[in-house]
Amino acid sequence: MTRGAPTVGVVKFASCDGCQLSLLDLEDHLLEITGTFDIVEFAEATSRRSPGPYDVLLVEGSVSTEEQAAEILELRAQARTLVTIGACATAGGIQALRNWADHDEYRRAVYAHPEYVASLATSTPVSSHVRVDAELHGCPIDRGELLELLSALAVGRRPQIREDAVCLACKRRGVVCVTVARGIPCLGPVTNAGCGAICPAMDRGCYGCFGPRPEANMPSLTGSFLASGGTRADVARLFEGFTAYAEPFRTTVSDLRGRGPEEDADAQQ
Amino acid sequence: MHSSDEYAERDIDISMLTRVEGEGSLRLRMRDGVVESARLSIFEAPRYFEKLVEGRKPDEVIDIVARICGICPVAYQMSAVHAFEDCFGVEVEDGVRALRRLMYCGEWIESHALHVYLLHAPDFLGYASAVEMAEDHADIVGRGLQLKRLGNDILALLGGRAIHPVSVRVGGFSRVPRRGELDALRHMLDHAVEWSAETLDWVSTLDAPAFERDVELVSLVHPHEYPMNHGRIVSTRGIDVATGAWRDAFEESQVPDTNALHARTRSGTTYLVGPAARVTQCADRLHPRAGAALRQSGLGGAIAANPYWSIAARAVELLHASSEAVDILDAYTRPDVASVAWEPRAGVAAWSTEAPRGLLFHRYEVDASGFVRAAQIVPPTSQNQGRIEDDLVAFTPTMRDASDAELTHGLEQLVRSYDPCISCATHFLDVEIEEVP
Ligand code: SF4
Ligand code: SF4
Repeated sequence: MTRGAPTVGVVKFASCDGCQLSLLDLEDHLLEITGTFDIVEFAEATSRRSPGPYDVLLVEGSVSTEEQAAEILELRAQARTLVTIGACATAGGIQALRNWADHDEYRRAVYAHPEYVASLATSTPVSSHVRVDAELHGCPIDRGELLELLSALAVGRRPQIREDAVCLACKRRGVVCVTVARGIPCLGPVTNAGCGAICPAMDRGCYGCFGPRPEANMPSLTGSFLASGGTRADVARLFEGFTAYAEPFRTTVSDLRGRGPEEDADAQQ
Repeated sequence: MHSSDEYAERDIDISMLTRVEGEGSLRLRMRDGVVESARLSIFEAPRYFEKLVEGRKPDEVIDIVARICGICPVAYQMSAVHAFEDCFGVEVEDGVRALRRLMYCGEWIESHALHVYLLHAPDFLGYASAVEMAEDHADIVGRGLQLKRLGNDILALLGGRAIHPVSVRVGGFSRVPRRGELDALRHMLDHAVEWSAETLDWVSTLDAPAFERDVELVSLVHPHEYPMNHGRIVSTRGIDVATGAWRDAFEESQVPDTNALHARTRSGTTYLVGPAARVTQCADRLHPRAGAALRQSGLGGAIAANPYWSIAARAVELLHASSEAVDILDAYTRPDVASVAWEPRAGVAAWSTEAPRGLLFHRYEVDASGFVRAAQIVPPTSQNQGRIEDDLVAFTPTMRDASDAELTHGLEQLVRSYDPCISCATHFLDVEIEEVP
């Protein structure tokens, strides 16, 4: 690291650590990155700690406890640029499925002493709590997009992240459409393309881990799933994945299930 | 409070363990040089995976449980897929069986290289991180990163990506590679074998604290193979039960001081799972190259008795996994079908496989349509947690004259030598969420 290099912090909330691991998975570029940036906080990788301030703060994980809801406010105040990384941080993650369920029942079922478990009823994206400067989608994020983001931040330009759907990535990659060829339900038409169409290339349908496209035509897609014989619950389960709490998947799930999620009562910021 | 005790009492509080996966803390209370309690706490937010998989179908469960851990997603997929296949009576093709071992080889390489080089080695050499270590030892850190990358490459080839691969399905894979797709990887794996052998040579030169204890080691044991997806659950003190029968030999029981649940043997004792347990119990089933290197290192006894030498166990397994990966690729013919057809059956789907960090038990109650009705998942770190605490209690008196800073560092190192995966352990029964100071 060089003196005066931009400082970077990596922190986590409720998550699996996979997105921050993507940083270490940049193997070939890792030592380059640590030469460009001064990584001052990254508990998984270094014993040095820093409470801030940070030029760049990468945030993994969803907000799911009261401590986390307070901590994200403090971290925001310490961060010049705050970037959320991954479906947990950008959409609430798989754990946001509890937003549709009875949280107390979850707690009782999993823990012998639910009173020790200080978790909130909801798991919410960081953007429900504080302003976010940039987001990387995916469960996990794509290493190429992470590298592009860091390279752009290093020189102060806008990161170039492709904005289209998995379907187009299939076309670019020459992958035969799994829905047309084999009738496999696929969320490719409504999902962000950052992954490069990994699932269709592996002969299976996309399950939406890079999150919904803002312009997604949900009625058309759910209509075609229902028309090909899925029950409403079957179709709901297709969207009840890692980004279910992101709109418009959230409304689709609620419509199909006939019940909505808990409101973001704890996310008042 | 008695003033004489004030000097003798000593509390060590490490509020955030670093270079471990996930967020945990360590609290130790001593009086007159005797440790009264040692508690490894986990303050990761719970994510309730056992509930999240209720009402889901087997292939959805495979996608979901991967997200328990970004470092060992394949382990979660493997325990789940074998549990369901066992319950439904699904027989996969031999080629599929081999590819699943290859996938596990990839995950062991990725995870062990991460721990040996990036998380653990800095302790032995006195650095705060591998990045700082790289300033003086660029070649060594570079070798670790390349090895890790090859593990990831195996996973990406078979699963589409290294973290949360997408291809594992009940009955086989969504897709299996053509032979030609493996050529580039095969070529690189010769290097992986070489670098793994160098890794063992190098860790053998490190200085580990002299700390030995007698522990019960638990792993899968298979008659012919080094254990991954098959075998019986066996211990060095006589436990021997079927792969899915974890509950016959172990239970999650309540620990009085913490009101938390830890895994214990049915006789109430702590035990250790992981690379040291596998290497000790299955040394004669290692790949011949890894077996010979282990004998030559002379570290077999130390691996069983001294937790710090788990770094050598990981190095031995790096050599095993890269050597076995070469053999699997050389023998590979593409299975006729990627996946065989199957029908769900009501029943209990229970299985254990060997995650990089040790035995990982899954149990699902499944209805006739294949929907999961209840789930139990016991990750390796939940099983090791009691053992880690016992070792902290035993170890601390050996540092009686150390300053608080030295003791803190020594304890952190000891915890790290287990490669605890707190993200995994969090979402399960043995969690106590505490106020973080
Ligand atoms: S988004 Fe997915 S990969 Fe990233 S931390 Fe969350 S669960 Fe893990
Ligand atoms: S195809 Fe869909 S589910 Fe698969 S990796 Fe890409 S975005 Fe995620």
